[in-house]
Amino acid sequence: MDTQLPPLFRRGPSPFARLVFFTLLSLLLFVSDARFKYLETFRLSLSVVIYPLQKLATAPSLILGRVSDFFATQSNLMDENSKLKQQELLNAGQLQRYQALEEENNQLRRLLKARDSLQDSAALAEILYSGHDLFSRRIVIDKGRQDGIRPGQAVVDNLGVIGQVTRAYPFVSEVTLVTDKDQTVPVEVVRNGLRAVMFGAGEPGGLELRYMPVNADIQTGDQLVTSGIDGTYPYGLPVAVVSRIERNAAYAFARIFCTPSAGVNKYRQVLVLTSPNQGPETKIADPSAKSQAKTKKNKRGN
Amino acid sequence: MPSQAAQAQEILLPVKTSVIVLSLAIALFLNLLPWSGFGLLIRPDFVALILLYWCMHWPRKVGFGTAWGMGLLMDVADATLLGEHAFAYSLLVYLAIIVRRRALVFSPREQVWHVLSLLLISQLAILLVKVYSGAEFIGWGYFLSSVTGSLLWPALSALLAVVLRLKPEPDQV
Repeated sequence: MDTQLPPLFRRGPSPFARLVFFTLLSLLLFVSDARFKYLETFRLSLSVVIYPLQKLATAPSLILGRVSDFFATQSNLMDENSKLKQQELLNAGQLQRYQALEEENNQLRRLLKARDSLQDSAALAEILYSGHDLFSRRIVIDKGRQDGIRPGQAVVDNLGVIGQVTRAYPFVSEVTLVTDKDQTVPVEVVRNGLRAVMFGAGEPGGLELRYMPVNADIQTGDQLVTSGIDGTYPYGLPVAVVSRIERNAAYAFARIFCTPSAGVNKYRQVLVLTSPNQGPETKIADPSAKSQAKTKKNKRGN
Repeated sequence: MPSQAAQAQEILLPVKTSVIVLSLAIALFLNLLPWSGFGLLIRPDFVALILLYWCMHWPRKVGFGTAWGMGLLMDVADATLLGEHAFAYSLLVYLAIIVRRRALVFSPREQVWHVLSLLLISQLAILLVKVYSGAEFIGWGYFLSSVTGSLLWPALSALLAVVLRLKPEPDQV
């Protein structure tokens, strides 16, 4: 065969055969990426390849921001300064109260021989860009494994929870926002301690409390904070405010819509809480513990 | 009609690999710019456009392998399921190989319709993968990026033709 064809006409496999080959290869990737998570190291190495381009692509907007900072007018600065001073006063008052409370809390914990609450450690990160995938709500921040960021850590800003690190590359990491469709946050209502699970509603800036009975004690304007029972988010970070409730007796559950407290789409700087996870230990391997939990659950049901 | 077609088809010099690599890098750079909101919705997929251009004009230089590799890079950059863009781009290359002989008869302005249909099909492929992996359809605005991409096609063709003509022609030296 190979002696007959001059190189000009040698074309290799037909386009359709190639298409089938590459489609199968892609399918292989889908399955191994989505179901088995085999390819994280592969993804990491590819991310290093495109890191310079990523950095370069976000440089113009960063420079633009710095230039506009430089040309800020004096009156603007004065304004901001006076505002910040007022805020500072308010904060100082609250901080003193908070310190007193923390001291008291630590003492009480010591009395109860409970574990001291963790020293909070956090890394300040800058948002490089918001994810380009229209189907999910993610942002990419400029800190990665090098800075101690690991998947699962909570990300907050000065107003509340923004999301959770879902992938950490060497130099950057991906944060899934609380407004993402697949993101869930365990929360509790500040007013009465009612626990619930918060889902991203997919639409821009929307959150939803699901699986709450129609007669649940929730009102418009209720503050929702993290409950901390998942061991991922620390207790007490503001997550959202209830904005609208639809109670329809025809359905088992009420529809409760919330707006996020944090500036999910606003700010450039975020804080990644890098303190090690010290949530309740899960004992999956111990069947006796499981059955105990079950009986407890049943009791509560009765 | 044949004379017009002959005018439209210009014989260009073989393209250097460095030009292709550079154009792909620029396209990736443009895709990675911090687009957001409505801008992100209408952002044309520059990588797909450039791949389509090279595939139409130099199918021996740029083919399935390049497209698939670029797709993987896009998947990592966009944090999507690995293989999603790779699949869409290889489909794009296949369609480009099929329609290129027919499309190249037309002028770049008339090629817009071919390009639009190809981009739409590859976007549809991405959508199918998304829906299969559990996402919800986000509305018809999703397909806007194909429209803007195809509208860019004449400008892109003109630009790349200029770039390729910049090279010293051996006959004139």
